[in-house]
Amino acid sequence: MPFVSPEVFAKQKIAAVQDYAVLCWHAIVNIFSGPRYWADIFTQMDSIGVGSTPIVVLTGFFTGCVLALQSATSLQEFGSVSLTGNLVALSMVKELGPVLTGLMVSGRNASGMASEIGSMKVTEQIDAMRALGTDPLRKLVTPRLYATIFMLFFLTIIADAVGIAGGALVSISLLGLNASSYFNNSYRALVYGDVVQGLTKPLFSGFIIATVGCYFGMKTKGGTQGVGKSTTQAVVVSSVFIIIVDFIVSRAMIGIFGR
Amino acid sequence: MPEDLASNEPSRSQQADSAAEPVVIFNDVSITFDVKPVLENISFTVRHGETRIILGPAGGGKSVLMKLANGLIKPDSGTIRVFGEDVTAMRERDLFKLRGRIGMVFQESALFDSLSVADNVAFRLHEERVPEDEIHARVVEALQFVELEQAIEKFPSELSGGMRRRVSIARAIVSRPDLILYDSPTGGLDPITSTTIIELIVKQRDVTQTTSLLITHRLQDAFLLARNRFNQQTGQMEPIPDGGIDNSTKFLVLNEGRIVFDGTTRELIGTEDPWLKEYIT
Repeated sequence: MPFVSPEVFAKQKIAAVQDYAVLCWHAIVNIFSGPRYWADIFTQMDSIGVGSTPIVVLTGFFTGCVLALQSATSLQEFGSVSLTGNLVALSMVKELGPVLTGLMVSGRNASGMASEIGSMKVTEQIDAMRALGTDPLRKLVTPRLYATIFMLFFLTIIADAVGIAGGALVSISLLGLNASSYFNNSYRALVYGDVVQGLTKPLFSGFIIATVGCYFGMKTKGGTQGVGKSTTQAVVVSSVFIIIVDFIVSRAMIGIFGR
Repeated sequence: MPEDLASNEPSRSQQADSAAEPVVIFNDVSITFDVKPVLENISFTVRHGETRIILGPAGGGKSVLMKLANGLIKPDSGTIRVFGEDVTAMRERDLFKLRGRIGMVFQESALFDSLSVADNVAFRLHEERVPEDEIHARVVEALQFVELEQAIEKFPSELSGGMRRRVSIARAIVSRPDLILYDSPTGGLDPITSTTIIELIVKQRDVTQTTSLLITHRLQDAFLLARNRFNQQTGQMEPIPDGGIDNSTKFLVLNEGRIVFDGTTRELIGTEDPWLKEYIT
């Protein structure tokens, strides 16, 4: 990586933030005016949502399993193994479900978007699209943005559900807890604020995954090597952003709901 | 039928244009990438019905000039007018409308690799919400023009380099544009395939009299264009009798971002400029 002066470096970073902000703004507002590419939105929903279901189910389920297993050890010291259901439900719904789903979908789809759009960029397909009178942001970015936000919301619900189910499996089969007691504790542990918190996060994560993936795709330069670099950057940046925004949203929600 | 392209009436917009007014006007255009000037003080005009061949060594800014003409990039200074509109000052949204009148053939074809040949050619027509029946008819017509109707269901990855260029030409002409930009349409192709592509360009030039800009590195392609015409009776390209030269074909030669020649084929052949003489021999 070549060294540049601090001034040039700062200008590059500010320009990148500006470009990202412009892309986000256009991606959002394009849905409010025609032409709208509904077929592309549904195609992306299928690719991002349905296509990510297996990894989200597996991740959520085994996270719930391991959470129950690990927490039981600590809870046993206080004689509170029966509270495993509370812990798994709260952890999955408030934190692990949204974050892990975001990270898994980021790994699968932010990279996919960056590489697909990046390949189109380096082979002049984006320019060809513009030359044919089509706005690439409207055709490529907006459908991915709305499809990701919409589908990540439901993927998170699935992850939460299978996580709690995974915790139940371990609690019942390995820890000897009563199924009814586990589910009753899980249900009682959750309040309205927890569910709102858990379902607000995927909206932000979806936005981050789509915009970061598309931004790095659109900024790709330098052939196949550039596509690889964009793909890596998209996954790294979107994953870090998801975790940072998770913290900010958590703090805001705790401020609003008091827990 | 391919001949239908010949009998298509000029578009209303084309009729509205005054034949006397140049279709493309570059006025003192300069552009720099990083710190390197790519084009410096470029000024030229392209008149209605003219085919302007842009020649020059690789890295001379020819493709940049083509993208500037289509508003895909903006110059640092100077103005570019296409169909009387200043593309340097237009918003992207307005440029999309203007580009409806411009067809472009990219250097590496730039076909959408996830779409079939039919969908590639029909892309603009789908965007313009043309009825499906009409889209199919026009796609078949455009593919017949480039003699590739048998490849309609194939994908770009299944085509040879020459076939991709022909599909790219079909995509550019399917909307019956008033201006066609050819960016190195024969680049990287073998001589026989290059001649096939040039024949298609001559056919398009002589059949529809569409204004065009064409970049090429190959002098033989440029002179093939200038010295041949399309015979609609035989359906073949043939040399203009008595060593004649097509009057609508003109040349622009770029070297290191500057214009070193702007004129007719005869003027180019008779040039006294030492660099130019060496370049064309």
